[in-house]
Amino acid sequence: MSWEVVIGLETHAQLQTRSKIFSGAAIAFGAAPNRQACAVDIALPGVLPVLNREAVVCAIKFGLAVGANIAPRSIFARKNYFYPDLPKGYQISQFETPVVSGGGLTIRVGDAEKFVHLTRAHLEEDAGKSLHEDFHGKTGIDLNRAGTPLLEIVTEPDMCSSAEAVAYAKALHALVTWIGICDGNMQEGSFRCDANVSVRRPGAPLGTRREVKNLNSFRFLQQAIDYEIQWQINEIEEGRKIHQATVLFDPDTGETRTMRSKEDAHDYRYFPDPDLLPLEITAAWIDEVRSGLPELPQAMQQRLASDYALSPYDAATLTATREIAGYFEAVVATAGATNAKLCANWVMGELVARLNRDELEFSASPVSAARLAGMILRIADGTLSSKLAKEVFEALWTDTATSADSVIEARGLRQVSDAAAIEPIIDAVLAANAKSVEEFRAGKDKAFNALVGQVMKASKGKANPQQVHDLLRKKLR
Amino acid sequence: MSLSLDDVSRIARLARIEISPAEATRTRDQLNGILAFVEQLQAVDTAGIEPMAHAVDVVQRLRPDTVTEPDRRDDFQAIAPETEAGLYLVPRVIE
Repeated sequence: MSWEVVIGLETHAQLQTRSKIFSGAAIAFGAAPNRQACAVDIALPGVLPVLNREAVVCAIKFGLAVGANIAPRSIFARKNYFYPDLPKGYQISQFETPVVSGGGLTIRVGDAEKFVHLTRAHLEEDAGKSLHEDFHGKTGIDLNRAGTPLLEIVTEPDMCSSAEAVAYAKALHALVTWIGICDGNMQEGSFRCDANVSVRRPGAPLGTRREVKNLNSFRFLQQAIDYEIQWQINEIEEGRKIHQATVLFDPDTGETRTMRSKEDAHDYRYFPDPDLLPLEITAAWIDEVRSGLPELPQAMQQRLASDYALSPYDAATLTATREIAGYFEAVVATAGATNAKLCANWVMGELVARLNRDELEFSASPVSAARLAGMILRIADGTLSSKLAKEVFEALWTDTATSADSVIEARGLRQVSDAAAIEPIIDAVLAANAKSVEEFRAGKDKAFNALVGQVMKASKGKANPQQVHDLLRKKLR
Repeated sequence: MSLSLDDVSRIARLARIEISPAEATRTRDQLNGILAFVEQLQAVDTAGIEPMAHAVDVVQRLRPDTVTEPDRRDDFQAIAPETEAGLYLVPRVIE
């Protein structure tokens, strides 16, 4: 009998602000311990939180980007629990009235599209960090991270495989970085996922879920969910019950294990934080934020597909990040919409490969969009064969002072499309390769390709391949 | 609604407050007194009235996103019970 998997994700996205959500301390990554923890963050008596406007702007941007409701009034609540890296004894979060509710994201797994509904997204502060090693039996506390603004984004239990969960996490990651509210750096913990996983027989009510905490890579997310699914199925098939629990994923063993926790550890006794007044977001403010939002990836994807006749795959690849999208649009702006497919191929192919090899961002590409477009125009007008274009690209990459035209001129790479110049080469090749000619006439197509190769070689790669094809066919007929 | 002694010890445990059985009994009676007062308030018909999250009907003022707090770690750590390498030390916590 088969099993059905039900997955919901909670993602903590660290918001890209300069200062903390409730204090004016800095949030730069990698500072020395406790150098960015002010009186509010370490919870000295008598301090009061004051909400950072930019954190709210980030939440509004997100709400608009996922088509959600943005609450005209939302409330901050205290989530009470005791842990040394939470010096107040509570985390300021939102409970009953989050700033964002509803909306969703379209994901793609293989050829299938799916809409993942969001339950809510709320603003909250991060906790500090506990270091358990090296302090002669004590725990060291670094409160630099305490008070860092987070947006916790919660989905409905809409996903039914680890592949769907990863597709959602990637789509969400692409979106929050695209709209510039999160740097998306998963190693530094700026984007981390908790997965709620349960299994059931088809048609049965929802099974008991277990929550896998703090997954900070897409690979771990997939591994942890797959392990958890198999573990739960085994438990049930062996006659045991699943108990609701919070578990940790161990990347070294690939297994999940239960965190030790008391039965009432989840009684957070939320109540409205009396230190903070209701957050009011007016329609005018939302409009102002909306006018500053960039074109969203999904809209851009559709535009690229329809305006430039690109495949859904190409359009999706070219809108994976704002950087590649911006670069591609700049190339097309110079090379022309009729050459868009050629531009797409060069950007997604040679350029991305070279950038990856040298670990460069698009902004640091030695070949600017304008110079690449210059080369693409020469391919499009027949001056350059795609084979010699690789050589030109190489030259553009290594010497930023060159242009496609200057490289073609200096190296004599101009493609020969003059039949009068190509025909003598073909004649010479046919005379020297009587055997291949025989074979071709005997019906071997491979022999034809060998002859084309010989002609290209004899022309030092400069003959127009299409023309070589056509002329050769004519002569062999 | 009224609280039992078990409720009181559970709340005390969640709040990390140690109370003796005598204190628990006294606290239960006091809390139930407060709850009885709240019940009087709940008798008022509030249908159609939006609940308030704060006693004053004003909205949150927002702060511009600028770094205004200097590093005062040395001052703060001078009054901490124990520190090392810039960290605050606390009794070992095992997850």
